[in-house]
Amino acid sequence: MAIDTRELNTNALQAQGITIDPLDDTSMVVNMGPQHPSTHGVLRVVLELDGETITKAVCHIGYVHTGIEKSMEYQTYLKAVTNTDRMDYLSAHINNAAYTLSVEKLLGIEPPPRGQYLRVMLMEVQRIASHLVWLATHCLDIGAMTVFFYAFVQREKLLDLTEMMSGVRMMPSWIVPGGLRGDAPDGWLERAKEFCDGFPKALAEIEDLLNANPIWRDRTQGVGIISAEECLELGVSGPTLRGSGIAHDARKATPYSSYEDFKFYVPVGEYCDVYDRFRVRMAEMYQSREIIKQCIENMPTGPVNVDDRKIVPPPRRELDNSMEAVIHHFKLWTEGFHPPVGESYVPLESPKGEIGFYIVSDGTNRPYRAHMRPPSFMNLQALSKMCAGRLIADVVAVIGSIDIVLGEIDR
Amino acid sequence: MATETETQERIEIQKIRDNFPEALLGVDTFRGDTRLLVKGENIVEICELFKNDPDLQYNFFSECLGVDYLDYRDGYRFEVVYNLYSLPYEKNGVKIGKNHRIFLKVPVPEENPTVPSVTSVYPAAEFPEREIFDMFGVRFTGHPDLRRILMPDDWVGHPQRKDYPLGGERVQFPENKLGPSIGEVAVQHPGESFVGKTGDAQGEAYRKR
Repeated sequence: MAIDTRELNTNALQAQGITIDPLDDTSMVVNMGPQHPSTHGVLRVVLELDGETITKAVCHIGYVHTGIEKSMEYQTYLKAVTNTDRMDYLSAHINNAAYTLSVEKLLGIEPPPRGQYLRVMLMEVQRIASHLVWLATHCLDIGAMTVFFYAFVQREKLLDLTEMMSGVRMMPSWIVPGGLRGDAPDGWLERAKEFCDGFPKALAEIEDLLNANPIWRDRTQGVGIISAEECLELGVSGPTLRGSGIAHDARKATPYSSYEDFKFYVPVGEYCDVYDRFRVRMAEMYQSREIIKQCIENMPTGPVNVDDRKIVPPPRRELDNSMEAVIHHFKLWTEGFHPPVGESYVPLESPKGEIGFYIVSDGTNRPYRAHMRPPSFMNLQALSKMCAGRLIADVVAVIGSIDIVLGEIDR
Repeated sequence: MATETETQERIEIQKIRDNFPEALLGVDTFRGDTRLLVKGENIVEICELFKNDPDLQYNFFSECLGVDYLDYRDGYRFEVVYNLYSLPYEKNGVKIGKNHRIFLKVPVPEENPTVPSVTSVYPAAEFPEREIFDMFGVRFTGHPDLRRILMPDDWVGHPQRKDYPLGGERVQFPENKLGPSIGEVAVQHPGESFVGKTGDAQGEAYRKR
């Protein structure tokens, strides 16, 4: 009887006193990504399989690491804002706000009510836009292609709002320390109101495609289950945490930018699965629309920026006839401002979870250290737990339900 | 804004003093946030205490990050900042969590930069600790899988250290030179040469604290 070489090698090693683990014939390792249409960028997942069942999923990230945090240390506080757009590129306004609120906490300033309301409006516009991209891609991953087009029609309207305000669709850098780069243009609020009027009907149409769709329910219900305790253990926040039944929302728990003025509720899930996370995000979109409506109705008048020329540049018209304005303008855009020595962190609710910038100021005009708490990065840690015991096809559904953006994970 | 009395009221400080009398190295309050500088060897026990104590209930590990202070601090170079949150929620009618946030800071020396890993208490620390290891070279003992996370596995150096140069990109020009880095392109801010107005003296004092 022939002895195969593997056995011979094993015997030889054992003779030398080295013991080796016998090969585990039941497990197989399969690589998924980084170039995979449903990994939302360049996420690589190494799956350990027992037959067709997943036992473990290990994430490999860093493919689009661009050293944004390091770059921010070399730019003045005002210029560093532009870096934050590029982190989570689907919710740029909220990244701007996270950075801005942290800097404003260092400075000890707060913009006037109109500025705060416009910020809330922009953030909620961005939240709906981000959720729509999540919905579109999530459905596309699972095979429901039609939703993609319906969702992107609505998202385009929201990006038009951002463009009307700031001139660009996706990288606005409009929320800056001290307030906003500028007030809303004429007709902006009316345009937003138009969107609010049409949105529930459009979203209901999309929901009709999915809510009771047997294929959709088969693919999502009972998939990717993670309990509330496991969510907390793994640092999961945002809609993923709420899908597991914990009604925590930074907008309610630690209100910022006058969120305490608005009436909205925090939707939670019950069954902790992909379907519940889908329902939570859908409900959140309606709530965001409610907040936008309340903003339009109660929009205060007055300035949008703090009245401090050391932080906010003077308006263009003053530059022609005021020497002081020219000096302020020049000083601000070259030197910038000097927040006092200290460290600050303000938690915000982004579409993905808790976001916040930890900024260390040493009293100079550049952040000594600026670190973002990346919600997708933390949420991704739960992937292995969610996938364990499921099939490969479910990984796609689970990744979609966490709503990751690789730009923010890798930074 | 935090006042002196509020500082005294933070129950966490008392808890650390009671349980680990040697561990607390300093307290810093700024704009209502409290930062406690604690010894590295006690960090796991302190986290355990903070998580399980019914008065504190820090059930949510928000994040941890590294800061490189070069030689501005006495006796150490890096700081690892733990951001813990007591996330309030209701379960079966029982209210859990206090909606408090605390920052724990651990000094890490330049030689042998080692900190015990808190992954045994907070599994959520796995990715952030890997990131700190990757970016600053701080090693976490007891971490289940301490590998680089953002940089390639064969990368040399730790990019977010302050003495790590920004570097340029390889460009298609003669002589195979590197293109300019941000540091070279960045215009020196005029204000930086104005003595007394840059805040540099202030910053120096802070870092040397």
